[in-house]
Amino acid sequence: MYSTTLHLEKIRADFPILHRKVNGQALIYLDNAATSQTPLSVIDAISDYYKNTNANIHRGVHALSQEATDLFEAARKKIQTHFNATHAHEIILTSGTTHSINLVANGFASLLNEGDELIVSALEHHANIVPWQMLCERTKAKLNVIPMTENGTLDMEAFDAMVNSKTKVVFVNHVSNALGVINPIEHIIKKAHAVGAAVLIDGAQATPHLIPDMQALDVDFYTTSAHKICGPTGIGMLYGKEEWLRKLPPYQGGGEMIDQVTFEKTTYADLPHKFEAGTPNIAGGVGFGAAIAYMNSIGFDAIKAHENDLLHHATKKLSEIEGLRIYGNVPNKVAVISFNVTGLHPYDIGTLLDKMGIAVRTGHHCCQPIMDFYQIPGTVRASFAFYNTHEEVERFVSGLEKAISMLR
Amino acid sequence: MNIVEKQAEIVTEFALFDDWMQRYEYMIELGKSLPLIAPTYKTDDHIIKGCQSKVWVHAELENDKIIFTADSDAIITKGIIAILIRVFSNQHPKDILAADTAFIDEIGLKEHLSPTRANGLVSMIKQLKMYALAYQTQLS
Repeated sequence: MYSTTLHLEKIRADFPILHRKVNGQALIYLDNAATSQTPLSVIDAISDYYKNTNANIHRGVHALSQEATDLFEAARKKIQTHFNATHAHEIILTSGTTHSINLVANGFASLLNEGDELIVSALEHHANIVPWQMLCERTKAKLNVIPMTENGTLDMEAFDAMVNSKTKVVFVNHVSNALGVINPIEHIIKKAHAVGAAVLIDGAQATPHLIPDMQALDVDFYTTSAHKICGPTGIGMLYGKEEWLRKLPPYQGGGEMIDQVTFEKTTYADLPHKFEAGTPNIAGGVGFGAAIAYMNSIGFDAIKAHENDLLHHATKKLSEIEGLRIYGNVPNKVAVISFNVTGLHPYDIGTLLDKMGIAVRTGHHCCQPIMDFYQIPGTVRASFAFYNTHEEVERFVSGLEKAISMLR
Repeated sequence: MNIVEKQAEIVTEFALFDDWMQRYEYMIELGKSLPLIAPTYKTDDHIIKGCQSKVWVHAELENDKIIFTADSDAIITKGIIAILIRVFSNQHPKDILAADTAFIDEIGLKEHLSPTRANGLVSMIKQLKMYALAYQTQLS
């Protein structure tokens, strides 16, 4: 691994919010897994769109409408290039990961039969559990769960044994939002494809840290939200292989319509618009494209190297604190640290850190099954981004020590 | 002391502190003096909904006055419920129902709590008043 130096001062100047104070203290923002901050270039792209181009897209003959359409479609193209999808029309712009998963899960209602099996992992966000449970209720398909192990990884032997000819869809996150552990999705995809099952990967927590290659992964569906990657909220991506997007009925238009959809060519020609009913979040799409451009201007190799340094620094320092346990402390993870301190409630720690201007997440992180597995009410989660500094790691650790001494 | 006097007393105490840190240290101290709920009542039907940490509250009537006991798995939450119990415990149900809770803003508790905790605070007050309402109905 080569060492890369990010120009942190310059990068931080791109993010106005990082310079504000919280509770009288300089903000240390370590809740990046929940949402990342927005650079000026993205804010400007959205603002410029409303100032200069705002119009409805795909319909108008007038100049503004055509310019707005060009901007929106250029954003789609940027996203396609970034994730190396074969076609731009395989990129569906949704409101975010939750919307994307619901779209796919809903679509499978017409493709499943009673007795079919679905596979989910124990490490999922509720957004990648509940839509599929709803699907199982409707179709009488069976939901199997890949169990997790004590160190926060998936039990792949159990997965291998679970896959069979009845398996129709497998849905797993690329990176666990609660623990930061990177899951072996390449293996999962190959194994699932061997029995003809489709695979959906929830990439919301992976895409801020790495670039998943749609063609190399050979994944069927991949989804993320722009706000995890320095983009705006309310916009996200569903990548779907063309063949699958053609098979799935439209999401919006009513349940009754879904049964009557026939897969004729004329209907298929409509991708990606088939899944983009109504006026889309045009400004959001433009902001999403700008965010992708911004991230690439920094460079993902440099981002990864710096975040790994921050992760190792923080992990080492936290490990020195008596009674502190890190969940999912494995080598293959992104810059997320989920932990508890013996005898202390995560909310107490989070509340006191907040008073020191340090933003962390506390609670179950929308992953109650993981908390049940460890038999804990929740964890404290510090999640880092490329704009965080080693000084912030130091201040976070000393703030944590102060909080612990107050609570003990 | 009646409810208003108790509230004034707490406001005076919190006014002594200059910063949030001392206030939180004091709240943590108050949490330790919380009259603890009997283990038999530490059940799901005594949990207050709307709090992110677990809070159990129990109320009993003694000589027409309500005695509250409680517990929480989080220390700061224990401090908050301790403050409320100090104000409302050993009072007549009708007085508890009539009491306003502006003192919470006065001691700067609400503004120094995260929204989730502030919601929990609202739920706690609501629950104490529900107990008061139930006993008031029983008495009248």
